[in-house]
Amino acid sequence: MSPTLEKALTAPHKLEYTYKRSLGPVLSPFFTALRDRRILGVKRRDGRVMVPPKEYDPDTSESLDELVEVSDEGVVTSWSWVATPRRQQPLDRPFAYALVKLDGADTAFLHVVDAGDEGNMETGMRVKARWADETTGMITDFVFVPA
Amino acid sequence: MSDANEAANEPIAVIRTPISLDYHYSAGQSASRFLRAIAQGKLLGQKCPVDGRVYFPSRGACPQHGVTFGDEVVELSDKGTVVTFSIVRVPSENIPLELPYITINVLLDGADTILIHVLDAKLEDVRMGMRVQAVWKPKEEWTTSTANILYFRPIDEPDASYDSYKEHI
Repeated sequence: MSPTLEKALTAPHKLEYTYKRSLGPVLSPFFTALRDRRILGVKRRDGRVMVPPKEYDPDTSESLDELVEVSDEGVVTSWSWVATPRRQQPLDRPFAYALVKLDGADTAFLHVVDAGDEGNMETGMRVKARWADETTGMITDFVFVPA
Repeated sequence: MSDANEAANEPIAVIRTPISLDYHYSAGQSASRFLRAIAQGKLLGQKCPVDGRVYFPSRGACPQHGVTFGDEVVELSDKGTVVTFSIVRVPSENIPLELPYITINVLLDGADTILIHVLDAKLEDVRMGMRVQAVWKPKEEWTTSTANILYFRPIDEPDASYDSYKEHI
C-alpha cells in the first residue's frame, strides 16, 4: 500500500426515490375510507372478504369491485416484537408487527400493535384500531392497541 | 404527506411512497485524494500504467485492466471540449436549475474519460466540439466537494476537431 496513506473522507449520502403511487379503483376507496376512520375490504365471488382489498381475485384473477366495510377490531393471528425500532419504522418505541384478522374479514393484514410491552402480546388476542386525531388517508392513520 | 389530496372531501387517488436509503459513504484513498485536491482547486486524474489512458476523477484501479494506479497523479486543466450535450426541459426533484438548461459530457484537456456537468450558454450556441471552461465558486467557499465547480461556460477558442473527441461519444 501507499506510504502516504491518509484517512479516507466520509460523508452522509442519502439516496431517495420520491415515488407517488396511483391507487386505482379499489385502493382509492380503501384509503379514502381510512380518512373517515373506516376500513374496507373487497368481497370475492365465494363471499370471502379480503382486507386490505385487492383489485383481482388471487385464485381466479377475475376483477373485484364489491367493497364492504369491516370492523376496526379483530384478532392477532401472528406477531413479531420490535424491541428496538429503527428510525423509519412507524413508532419510536417498542411495538409489534402483527397479522390482524378484522371482524368481518377472512384474511389477516400486517399492521402495528402499540402494546407497550412484549408481555402484552399473545396470538389470539383481541385488538382494536386507535385512530389518529387527524386522519389523512394513510395506512398510518391508525395503529392497533389491545382491546 | 398526501398534498395531492388536500381537499378534505376529494377521493384519495394518489399516495406518496418515498423510499430513502441513508448511507455513510467512505470515499476511499483515491477519491479522498481527488477531493482534497479539488478543495485546493486542482483536478486530479490518474494514468493507467497499461495503456496510458487518463481517468478522471482519479480512482484506485483501472476499470479496464484491473491494475492499481498507485500514487502517480495527473493534474488536469479545467478547460475541456463538449463531447455531447442534452437540453433538459423536464423538471426533476432535487435539481433546482431553471428550465431549460444544458447538460454536457465534457472531456477535460488531458483526460480520457468524460465528466457530466451543466453548461451556461444559449441553447442555440451549444454544439459538439465547443470549448468550455469550469466556473468555480469563490475560493473561500471551496470544500472537498465537486460542487466547487458551479458549471461550465463557453470560451473563445476554435472548436475542437471531431477526431479529438470521437472515441468519447
